[in-house]
Amino acid sequence: MINPVPPAAIFIIGALLIPLLKGRLKSIYLLLLPIVGFINLINIPEGMHWVVRFLDYELVFGKVDRLSLLFGYIYHLIAFIIILYSLHLKDNAQHVAGFIYAGSSLGVVFAGDLISLYLFWEMMTFSAVVLVWSNKTGKSIAAGFRYLLVHVFGGLCLLAGIVLYVTNTGSIEFGYIGLKDLATFLIFIGFGVNCAWPGLHPWLPDAYPESTITGAVFMWTFTTKTAVYVLARAFPGTEALIWIGTIMTAFPIFFAVIENNLRRVLSYSLINQVGYMVCGIGIGTELSINGTVSHVFCHILYKGLLVMSMGAVMYRTGKINCTDLGGLYKSMPLTSLFCIVGAASISGFPLFSGFVCKSMVLEGAALGGMSIIWFILMFASVGVLEHAGIKVPYYAFFSHDSGIRTREAPLNMLLAMGIAAFLCIFIGVFPGPLYSLLPYHVDFEPYTTFHVVGMSQLLFFGALAYVLFILSGVFPAEIRAINLDADWFYRKAGTAFYRFCNVPLNSFRLKMQGFLSKVVDSVAKLGRDPLFIPELAIRYVHLKIAQILIPVAKPQGAKERLAELEFKLRRIQKISESGREYGADIPRRPIGLGVLLAFVLIFFYLLIYMLF
Amino acid sequence: MVKKEIETKKEYFFDKPKNVKGLFRFFYALLLVLLVIEFFIYKHTYFPWEEWPGFYAVFGFLAFVALIFAAKYILRPIVKRKEDYYD
Repeated sequence: MINPVPPAAIFIIGALLIPLLKGRLKSIYLLLLPIVGFINLINIPEGMHWVVRFLDYELVFGKVDRLSLLFGYIYHLIAFIIILYSLHLKDNAQHVAGFIYAGSSLGVVFAGDLISLYLFWEMMTFSAVVLVWSNKTGKSIAAGFRYLLVHVFGGLCLLAGIVLYVTNTGSIEFGYIGLKDLATFLIFIGFGVNCAWPGLHPWLPDAYPESTITGAVFMWTFTTKTAVYVLARAFPGTEALIWIGTIMTAFPIFFAVIENNLRRVLSYSLINQVGYMVCGIGIGTELSINGTVSHVFCHILYKGLLVMSMGAVMYRTGKINCTDLGGLYKSMPLTSLFCIVGAASISGFPLFSGFVCKSMVLEGAALGGMSIIWFILMFASVGVLEHAGIKVPYYAFFSHDSGIRTREAPLNMLLAMGIAAFLCIFIGVFPGPLYSLLPYHVDFEPYTTFHVVGMSQLLFFGALAYVLFILSGVFPAEIRAINLDADWFYRKAGTAFYRFCNVPLNSFRLKMQGFLSKVVDSVAKLGRDPLFIPELAIRYVHLKIAQILIPVAKPQGAKERLAELEFKLRRIQKISESGREYGADIPRRPIGLGVLLAFVLIFFYLLIYMLF
Repeated sequence: MVKKEIETKKEYFFDKPKNVKGLFRFFYALLLVLLVIEFFIYKHTYFPWEEWPGFYAVFGFLAFVALIFAAKYILRPIVKRKEDYYD
């Protein structure tokens, strides 16, 4: 038996070999990587592994306990499913980026120190953006850049927080941090950007719908869930997270109702789902943390399934808007079926996986007596039913017939969706195996009669409202339009700010520069020969007097005298005009301007210093 | 082309009104069962309002209605823009 290696290493180093392979060999290799990774993972005992000394610090590449292991399992599982889903893909860049993305997420999950955590964190950002850019449309490239900007901002917050934290505590160990001071607050915000907290979220519905069909499943899985992991590790029981999570569950559902692009609906749905997880971390009891972690596990499968089914629709029809789709169950019956399984799971119908995991977070809130939180979470559950449970499958596969007739999704996509759908139902029916993997002992029985009946009532009567809305025609019609979100602030207001800087501020700068250039110019002339100004003045006055007096007195040789005076004046003017005009664009010259400004500033500084 | 025309004329499951009607009947029957069955089960509750008969049904229905109205009449007028707004 060979010794296990860090889980991230298999994916990241393995990814680099992909471009060397071709055809069937490449397919086998791609599928084998997550399997080898998984075998490696189950051979790692709990504890701290792969401790490397770096400068004065110890980097830990394997902090293995029940929390990180469960994330490791589901990441390997979903990586296998996504690879199967994208086997038809010829683009090596996407395969490599996908594996590096998954590998760096594993790197974060098993990082035992803040330095390696930060490195893997940034690696995630840069590999994920490749999956957006690979779409190679103008929109996706622009969205990718915005994605990058937001995540670099988050990454810098995190870095600043880590530097302060390490300076304060002297330790780079990554464990419980807790919200205490500026350092921990910056780390908190850095994690929050990746977690799509309210206000920090618009990168998600902006960039994710622009990603490639297969890259999307990676995107929907890794970034947010890894952020949930680090929050669960570093900030469990932080009260702010309860409210952040609750707001996250509630506000996206309104946007999802009126959104036309189905992948954007799923983006809002992702924020909503991550909200339950964040809320569970905030509540911080063993039950709610278990709820969060099991929710991560189930969510990755059913959300992956929904994204895969929408990807299959895009792959076959090239369309994703509600207004363009409909009636696809006629040509893609299996994809429709899998989509419905995913929709039922995310809504939390009994016998599907959402039912057995989300209830734990709800019960955690109920046990804590948080009635307002409980009400908002219940309300959001109805919202999930609306947008992910009904809207996504209904508008894509049923609704009015768009007339599109196409073929069923390719076999590899169907297999991938089939595995995910099977697991959604399996976990829903037999939650035991999943519960046994959770970080804390589970003392929770989802299938009590009241719970089953209560949830069924909630969902089916919500569905009744939907049916009545559709039959009466009150339901908001799908419109070809986009809806503003907080990204307006950097897309529109940012552009306006740029224009403000460019037009009024820049023209003011140009005027000031011209003025200062003239000042410097004259000072420079003065500096070349300080006496020329008085000389010029004297000669000028002399000439003028002569011009007035000579016609009156008419002395001898008057003409010669005048010509001589004019000649002398012109010579002095010539001296002052010799040499080039001053211009700020001549690289040598701004030194003069700089010296002048420095001189003026020092002068005022001294003045103020002496006066006060 | 000919084949395509034949295909579009083919009747699928939900093209037949009988099937749709059957599905709705099943749905309404299920709602009724869910309402009635509540009176015969043991309720393990955390909050007092959970004991009210039909609480979850009413809550689910009203929450859905509130959600749709808020999204349609409040949010959409505020945030809706033309598709080329950012271009």
